[in-house]
Parts: sequence; structure tokens; C-alpha cells
Amino acid sequence: MTNPVVSAKGLYKRFGEHVAVSGVDFDIPAGICFGILGPNGAGKTTLIRMLLGMAPLTSGEYTLFGESAGVAEQRQRVGVVPQMDNLDPDFSVSENLFVYASYFGLSRLQMQGKVNELLSFSELSGRSSSQVANLSGGMRRRLMIARALVNDPDVVVLDEPTTGLDPQARHIIWQRLRELKRSGKTLILTTHYMEEAEQLCDDIMILNQGRIIARGSPRILIGKHVEPEVVELRGEVSQPDVDALLGELNIDYEHVGDSWFCYLDDARPLLERCTGFPKLNFVHRPANLEDVFLKLTGRELSE
Amino acid sequence: MMQLSRMLAVWHRNFLVWRKLAAASMVGNFGDPFLYLLGLGYGLGMYIGEMSGIPYMAFLASGILCSSAMNTATFEATYSVFTRMTQQFTWEGMLATPLSIPDIVAGEMLWAGTKSLIAGTAIFIVAGLLGGIQSWDTAILALPVVLLTGLCFASLGLVVCMLSPSYDFFLYYFTLAVTPMFLFCGVFYPITTLPEPVQMFAQALPLTHAVDLIRPLLTELPLQAAWLHIGVLTAYSAGGYALAVRLARRRLLK
Ligand SMILES: Nc1ncnc2c1ncn2[C@@H]1O[C@H](COP(=O)(O)OP(=O)(O)OP(=O)(O)O)[C@@H](O)[C@H]1O
Ligand SMILES: [Mg+2]
Repeated sequence: MTNPVVSAKGLYKRFGEHVAVSGVDFDIPAGICFGILGPNGAGKTTLIRMLLGMAPLTSGEYTLFGESAGVAEQRQRVGVVPQMDNLDPDFSVSENLFVYASYFGLSRLQMQGKVNELLSFSELSGRSSSQVANLSGGMRRRLMIARALVNDPDVVVLDEPTTGLDPQARHIIWQRLRELKRSGKTLILTTHYMEEAEQLCDDIMILNQGRIIARGSPRILIGKHVEPEVVELRGEVSQPDVDALLGELNIDYEHVGDSWFCYLDDARPLLERCTGFPKLNFVHRPANLEDVFLKLTGRELSE
Repeated sequence: MMQLSRMLAVWHRNFLVWRKLAAASMVGNFGDPFLYLLGLGYGLGMYIGEMSGIPYMAFLASGILCSSAMNTATFEATYSVFTRMTQQFTWEGMLATPLSIPDIVAGEMLWAGTKSLIAGTAIFIVAGLLGGIQSWDTAILALPVVLLTGLCFASLGLVVCMLSPSYDFFLYYFTLAVTPMFLFCGVFYPITTLPEPVQMFAQALPLTHAVDLIRPLLTELPLQAAWLHIGVLTAYSAGGYALAVRLARRRLLK
């Protein structure tokens, strides 16, 4: 087996008294898309910052390309799309790419062809001389992805690359990320969109309060943590109604907001009963990663 | 990639931004000293005549060259760097590349020094035109000293910047350090006119040493203890750089 690209052993990170990452162990093999999921404050960004040398470890081991993480030279082979937009507002779209490339020691001359290629990859060819302030949210994010590729990195780290984007913009980015994976790059992706993780990630780690609470491919996680069928109940119903409805069926459910998610191997008995409740809206569907996430990270807001 | 080219990448980024607005910034670089030297040098000079045995225009021009190096580098290393670091997250972006804190601090420092040199060159030309330069054979050596002065104040400004919670904090630095140096380090009159204890204090300040180097290079006054002055400016620069790097690490790498 080849060596993992990233490896963490007993990794801890404390901010003062607050423990952000609490003794995690994981390996990321080369060439996959690795998803890091978890509610707000779970420690996703902190894991990424430590990998890039932007935050010192409190304790434990963290390696990138087989050596202790955080060394400047390693970043020659890494591309980063940070959670927070930090495009350079003083430059146009193409200048952003040229200037960023210069931080990797790549000259304007060397980059001429590559920048055009990246602009068309990110569908920004027509906007090459626009100021970044005039770009839409989706364009800015695509430019950030293009910028993360100026150095033709082996590893691309994407911290919530599609947050706040409309569905079209998100689908374009997904397509691009799949292309990157096909070209052999290792992707490390954090997201709050379970559909995104399900579509893109080969392997997923779910964090909660700095700890790993689940690990595996989307299919394995769904098979392991929830029953295959889900009935969602909502409408003009309250907890006693739901208790009455479920009765002695002994169904495992999660109550989130105004909805009840019931997990079952066979939904038919419940569906029959549901038809008898006129004020009830119900949806029957197969289980997905979101169900796993809700079940494992709990029903309440974690912060 | 070597440390030098990494520092230059940061310098070059700032240069590209400056180049877009170079025309406007040059108007200020030439206009301000022109007005100062005309207003004070001629106006006040007419009344004062000579100071330390040289025409007041020559005395003042050399002083303004130094104070402008201080002001230009200080502004760049405080307000501009603070904007790049905390508002535009330019530093954050750089830290995700092979650049590290020492490269970024060095690049910013070199850029602020370069801006001092640009502003200083403009003053040099204006001073030459207005008769503020007496000894042309040594005058050109003042420009490297302007760069050194700029680097020195850039490093001190960066220290302040790394400590600063907000833009307002810089007012303290300007009021408590920059303005007193402007007034008490020999820009407008020789520090020998000050009371003895104040003179001693002024001798510890970097601007005094910049003035003591640059004025003799531009005028007929004799140059004394040049290496001491160069040493003091270099020591401030190096010490400021090392401290700014430490403070930047503490601030940003959490
Ligand atoms: N610089 C810091 N100083 C103090 N606490 C911090 C700092 N950075 C992060 N934290 C805390 O560490 C925890 C983990 O934060 P982190 O940003 O890694 O979460 P996240 O999983 O990326 O969340 P989100 O989904 O909201 O981006 C949070 O409780 C956060 O408040
Ligand atoms: Mg985050």
C-alpha cells in the first residue's frame, strides 16, 4: 500500500481552555476525495489550518507528504480554497492568478498559457480583466478554485467551496472537482451540504466537537448508521400526535425543528397509518447522508 | 525558492498595485515637498537667513528628506499593511503558499522602504531645483541613506502594526513617536539648541541619525561619525524586523 498523503495521530488543538480538535487519528490516501463533515465549530477549518502551518499543533502528530505538516516548502505542492474569500481586491481576475502564481516562484512568462487554461477551466475567460469586486459569488468562488491550481498542486484543500452559491453554480463546481479528481489530484473537502459530500467524496470523516464520530464511504455510512427507509413527518402535528401515530411500532426517529425523521427497514405499516391523519404531511424516501449526519451529530444546534 | 525571491514576490505584489495609481501618488510626492520647501524654505529662509552656517533652504531640504522617509515608510507599514493584513486578508492568502511570515514581513518592509526612496527621490529633485543641494558630489549618496531610513521606520511601523488592535491605535504612535521625532530630531533646527537632557534623548532616536547622515551629504557641513549613524539605523531596522516577525507569528499563527 502506498503511503498516505496526510496522516494524523492523536492530534490535539486547544485555543486557551477551548479544545477545538480532541485527539483525532486519520489517514488520507492519495488520489481520493476526502470529506470532512461536521456542524459549525466542529474543528474542520482548524484541521486544515494546522495542515498548512497556519496554526501550531497543541500535541500529536500530523504529516503531509510523509513529513511533519506545516513546512513552507510543502505548500509548493498544495492548493488552497479557504473558507473566507481572500481574493486580492486590488487586482483583476487574471492578475489575481498571475500574482498568486508569483508567490510560488512562477513567473508571468511561465504562467501565460496556464492562466488562460485556468480561466477557461473556471469559465471566467470572458471576465479576465474584470475587477474582482464586480464578480458574482459563484464567479469569485470559481476564481478561488482556479487560483488554488496555479501551482498544479498534488493536493487541493477546499474549505466549504460551495457555501452560499445557487444550485447552478454549485453544480459547475462539482463538475470541476470531479475533473480534478480524475486528473489524479487528492482533494480534501469540507462542506455542510450532504448531497455534495455524497456525490464527490470517496471517504468521509464526520467530526463533532473536535472528535471523529464516524468514518467511511457515503454508502457504508448510510448502511451502518441508519435504516434504509425514511419517512419524514411534518404539518399541523405535535409530539403527542406523533407518539400516537407511531404507537407500538417501536420506530427510531429524530426530531429536528418542525420535522420528525423516522428510520425504518420497512415503511409500509407507518405509511398506512399516516394516511389516516389528514393534517399530516409525510414523505417517504430512501435514507441519505443527511440522515446519518443528523442522527450522529444530534438534533440540537451544537453551538 | 530562496528567501530572497519570496520576499521579492511580496514586494512585487505591492509594486504592481502602486503602479496603477503611480501618477496620483507622484503628484503628492512632488507637490508636497515643493510646497513645503517653497513656503518654509524661501518664506522662513528669507527671515532666518542662515542656520548652522548654511542657507536655511539647504538646511531644511535635507531635514525634509529625512522626515519624509520616516513618514512615508511609517504610513505604509502601519495603515497600508494593517489593511492588507486585517481587511483584505492578503497575508492570509500568502500564508497558504510557500511564503512564510519572515518573507512577508521582509517584503512589506522592503516595499515601505522603496516608497520612502521614491518619495525621497522626488524631494531630492525638487530640492535640487530650488537650490537646496550644495554639494553635488556627495549628494547622490543621500539616496541609499533614505532607503535605509525608510527600512528603519518600516520595521518600527511593522512592530506597531502587529500590536495594533485597530486603526485608531496608530494615532498613539504618531502622536507619541512620529510627531516628536519630526519636531525634535533636527529637521527644522539643530538639536544643539535643545536643553542637554532633551538632546541626549534625541540622540537615541533614529531620525536624528538619519539627519546627521543626510544633511552633511547634501550640504557643506562636515560628515561626522558616519558609521555610528549607519549602525544605529541598521540596528533599529534589524531589531524591528526580528520583533515584527515574532509579533506577527503570535498574532496570525494561532
Ligand atoms: N483563533 C481562534 N481562537 C479561539 N478559538 C478558535 C479560533 N479558531 C477557531 N476557534 C474555535 O475552535 C472551534 C473549531 O473552529 P473551526 O473554525 O475549526 O470550526 P469549523 O468546523 O470549521 O466550523 P464552521 O463549519 O463554522 O466553519 C470553534 O469552537 C471555534 O470557536
Ligand atoms: Mg470552518
